[in-house]
Amino acid sequence: MTDAPMTPEKAPRPSRLKRAWESDFMWSFRHAPVAVVSFAVVTVLVLAAVFAPLIAPHNPFDPGTLNLMNGFTPPGVPNQFTSDTFLMGTDDQGRDVFSTILYGMRISLFVGFAAVFLAMLIGITLGLLAGYVGGWTESIIMRVADVQLTFPAILVAMLIFGIAKGITPPEYRDQMAIWVLILAIGLSDWVQFARVVRGTTLVEKNKEYVQAARLIGRSPFAIMLKHILPNVLNPVLVIATISLALAIIAEATLSFLGVGAPPTKPSLGTLIRIGQEFMFSGEWWILFFPAMTLLALALSINLLGDWLRDALNPRLR
Amino acid sequence: MLAYMIRRVAQSVLVLLVVGLVAFAMFSFVGDPVDNMLGQERTQADVERLRAELGLDQPFIVQYWKFLEQAVQGNFGLSYRQGRPVAEILAERLPATLELAFVSGVMAFAGGVGLGIFTAIRRRGIAANTIMTLSLIGVSLPTFLIGILLIYVFSVELGWLPSFGRGDVVHLGSWSTGFLTESGRLALILPAITLGLYQMTLIMRLVRTEMLEVLRMDYIRFARARGLRERAINFRHALKNTLVPVITITGLQLGSIIAFAIITETVFQWPGVGLLFINAVQFVDIPVMAAYLMMISVMFVGINLIVDMLYFAIDPRLRADRTGGGH
Amino acid sequence: MTRKLVLAAALLATTAAGASAETLRWARAGDSLTLDPHAQNEGPTHTLAHQIYEPLIIRDMTGAPQAALATDWAPSEDDPNIWVFNLRQGVKYHDGADFTAEDVIFSINRAKSENSNMKELLNSIVEVRAVDDHTVEFVTDGPNPILPANLTNLFMMDKGWAEANDAVEVQDVEGGETTFAATNANGTGAFKLVSREPDVKTVLTQNENYWGMNDFPMDVTEIIYTPIQNAATRVAALLSGEVDFIQDVPVQDLGRVGETDGLVVKTAPQNRVIFFGMNMGAEDIANDDVEGANPLSDVRVRRAMSMAINRDAIRQVVMRGQSQPAGMIAPPFVNGWSEEMDQASTDIEAAKALMEEAGYADGFSIQLDCPNDRYVNDEAICQAAVGMLAQIGVTVNLDAKPKAQHFPLITNGETDFYMLGWGVPTYDSEYIFNFLVHTRGEERGSWNGTGYSNPDLDAKIVSLASETDLDKRNATIAEIWEVVQDEQLYLPIHHQVLNWGMTDAVGIEVSPEDDPKMKFFTMN
Repeated sequence: MTDAPMTPEKAPRPSRLKRAWESDFMWSFRHAPVAVVSFAVVTVLVLAAVFAPLIAPHNPFDPGTLNLMNGFTPPGVPNQFTSDTFLMGTDDQGRDVFSTILYGMRISLFVGFAAVFLAMLIGITLGLLAGYVGGWTESIIMRVADVQLTFPAILVAMLIFGIAKGITPPEYRDQMAIWVLILAIGLSDWVQFARVVRGTTLVEKNKEYVQAARLIGRSPFAIMLKHILPNVLNPVLVIATISLALAIIAEATLSFLGVGAPPTKPSLGTLIRIGQEFMFSGEWWILFFPAMTLLALALSINLLGDWLRDALNPRLR
Repeated sequence: MLAYMIRRVAQSVLVLLVVGLVAFAMFSFVGDPVDNMLGQERTQADVERLRAELGLDQPFIVQYWKFLEQAVQGNFGLSYRQGRPVAEILAERLPATLELAFVSGVMAFAGGVGLGIFTAIRRRGIAANTIMTLSLIGVSLPTFLIGILLIYVFSVELGWLPSFGRGDVVHLGSWSTGFLTESGRLALILPAITLGLYQMTLIMRLVRTEMLEVLRMDYIRFARARGLRERAINFRHALKNTLVPVITITGLQLGSIIAFAIITETVFQWPGVGLLFINAVQFVDIPVMAAYLMMISVMFVGINLIVDMLYFAIDPRLRADRTGGGH
Repeated sequence: MTRKLVLAAALLATTAAGASAETLRWARAGDSLTLDPHAQNEGPTHTLAHQIYEPLIIRDMTGAPQAALATDWAPSEDDPNIWVFNLRQGVKYHDGADFTAEDVIFSINRAKSENSNMKELLNSIVEVRAVDDHTVEFVTDGPNPILPANLTNLFMMDKGWAEANDAVEVQDVEGGETTFAATNANGTGAFKLVSREPDVKTVLTQNENYWGMNDFPMDVTEIIYTPIQNAATRVAALLSGEVDFIQDVPVQDLGRVGETDGLVVKTAPQNRVIFFGMNMGAEDIANDDVEGANPLSDVRVRRAMSMAINRDAIRQVVMRGQSQPAGMIAPPFVNGWSEEMDQASTDIEAAKALMEEAGYADGFSIQLDCPNDRYVNDEAICQAAVGMLAQIGVTVNLDAKPKAQHFPLITNGETDFYMLGWGVPTYDSEYIFNFLVHTRGEERGSWNGTGYSNPDLDAKIVSLASETDLDKRNATIAEIWEVVQDEQLYLPIHHQVLNWGMTDAVGIEVSPEDDPKMKFFTMN
């Protein structure tokens, strides 16, 4: 429904790109300055994170290059011992805050995207199954969803953390935290996808075209994939966008409770957790820059999600 | 109807049992309580003795079974950390969390509905759009940071509001309340804002979306065409139809308020069950963790059950659907 | 009717809050675990108990022993296995009962019982007997020169009160019943318990019949004790004037607190040393990338690692000057400490040379286990060490976790490289050797996670317990230290520095055990 209306053409067909640009969807995007700005901010931040090794002046993840004496250097002021200068200053370990933010954002975004992807995968699959198959399958899935809702993400994270610690070989433990975060956030987030998909599926499966497809003997798998799934994509896209922001924030919250990315390979959340310790002591930059980055990132994603929800809701046009 | 209810309740009990099982499997990974319980001067023999005494040397299934056996008799054991009955500690701490959840819930609901209506009616206005954007800032920063920023501004810099605790409380029977003293009321403000901000944003957006949809409905257009005053249309007709889904969602959010209270209570040293739980995790106080999780699960599953039952009672189509898919 | 009741309750609450000016509002990170004085051997628990209960001998705010419920004590002239204590006369418990010899016997026996957490300190005591109402004899299984030092946290309960309230037994966690003594208190101390909500608030009021009313300042008339876990919130409470006195000020906030009008920060070296332990005993270790060999078993590697640690940089940046670099794992307060051994130098080039000599020119990688909620900036110290060790080729994977997960790794021998801090309540090296140097076994060596085992050294350590000739004993202590230092058994980092933040009305100096005793406080 978001595609440009297909009208019988007399004039030469415009190129795909041009058609996409002139679609309703893009039209409403171009006329929503908030959405355009948000999109630009997200794009810049994502690119900065992806190309962090090229942009960042230092590699904060290589402990051998750090000099502890650089610690607590204010932004733009030479350090009193080493005379090194840093754009956004350094943290308590002498790491360049700017570089650490870029690298940290990589972790935060990776965790966010991967967790949402995981949640989507689980949620859509289970939602389709529950809605389409019904019966005991549905009961079990929805009860599992209840259990899932009962466990706050922090508990899920701790559980997975503990088990993962027991089974990962020591040399991989460093990266383990990130996968644990993805698993924990993804697992605690799939329920809303499943609920929405199940709801839509319940409605769609009784419609004539699905009945017809069933009658001509299409397999349930094909029906779910080809007929029902396209109907849920809009709400799923909206939920996914909001979930992405939520996942990035959740990662930050978890690191406050001590179940986050390790301080040697910090995410934005870990940086904020560390930075807030220096809020009263005058080293504002250790908190300020990571917090502003997180705010810019999450806010832009949220605003995009907001706009998306309105734009994809035909009744609100 | 009865068969459905029985099945639904049976499922809920099963859910509770599974939650407990998962919880107990988890405890062995949170750490070892024995090291905390015995000082640095304990010998290996003490450790073994205490482990055996607490049953920690047994598989988690056995521990879980023992817990269940006691729990059905209303006995949740003694806290490893405080050495007092867990039920007593929970009863002591619950009022703090419930009062905080209540205040932040009311705040979120009132603020959310009010701002939601405003932003829906003035959909294209500058004020409404500013509110929409600002409200997102609240959900774009982690809760703990918002709490600490509030403390910094309102306690340290301005000195207006307390930074920690509940102030003076008054005991009414077994309930302790902070509503009756000035310091108690002041102490509620910052934690309630921290906890309620997210829910308020959520409710506001929900109300706005629902209102926008309802305002487009034919009967509203019809009312408008009949020349009814805007105010009457907005409040008598539109809002009424908006509130049903909003109340449902708010009810379901109650649980997440209590879960999020863990962080708010840690930041503000609010003496509720969330802080109790975090302390229990740090100390590996298994009886307290188990009882807390069970309590939260009962609450969540209970709310779910009630919502389901209500829908079942209200909507006959669901009934057909359920029984139809039940074989 | 009900409204009146509520109003009255509200009024009561407000008047209680606005009490006299000598109220000390006190906050620290953790609460006391129980009021039962023998159930937990733990800092915050003892600190609260010290306000209410008293031991025979107390440490004053400088750490020096001082007469409390005993007025004097000495080994018996007839039998070297007996210590004689003369008790203070005319002391009364808060409920009015007299303090007598039978209370001492009762309390020591209670503290020696199976559920007590204090019993390890009393292992050598065979019997406690009364000579008369105010004289007791402690019979030990051999001459025990340091027995008095073990009694400074051993509180005296009233036998009659304990019996009347069914609190004779120490709280048994699995017993199913909580004891009266865990939530109530009746001591001889300077303050009486008014109310207590664990983890929330404890209110104490001055004991006007205290025997030491004229011997101590006794300026504080009421104590309101509220634990505040989150460091930022705790500092905020002091900055905003909601509390008068806090322990555990984060080092980065000392400047801010000190610069604030009306607030002061006081610091003093703590009786605690922070160090890394290394598993040198195993043939091969699991948490490294070297197959079939254990790099830590080579003393050259251990020395090189020690040389790579820049303790001054840690002191200056991570600790903001709030630490004292250490070369040995004994705090300066401890008998056996020497300035000469407590030196450590940083020399990256020499360290690299040692690594090459040991065959690890290309370094190796290993996991460092570190607590993140136990010592001052524990995680940040470990993080700094990761960077420093990287400079000699040792790649360290840092695994920081809560103390409840960290300490079992050490006691169960599941870590090969770990952080540990050690306080020495007896102020004697024997305590360190018993736990950290002796071969791990049933009685001793429970915290020795290095796998180090030296039978000669073990014999010497055991001999310390019964050696009465102090010169000879000190000579043995020095010999043991020499081996420990030569072997680079541990990798010392620093001695912790304690700091307290308070309003300038409060007059008190920091005690090395981090145990403020409010009877010593002055209030202006």
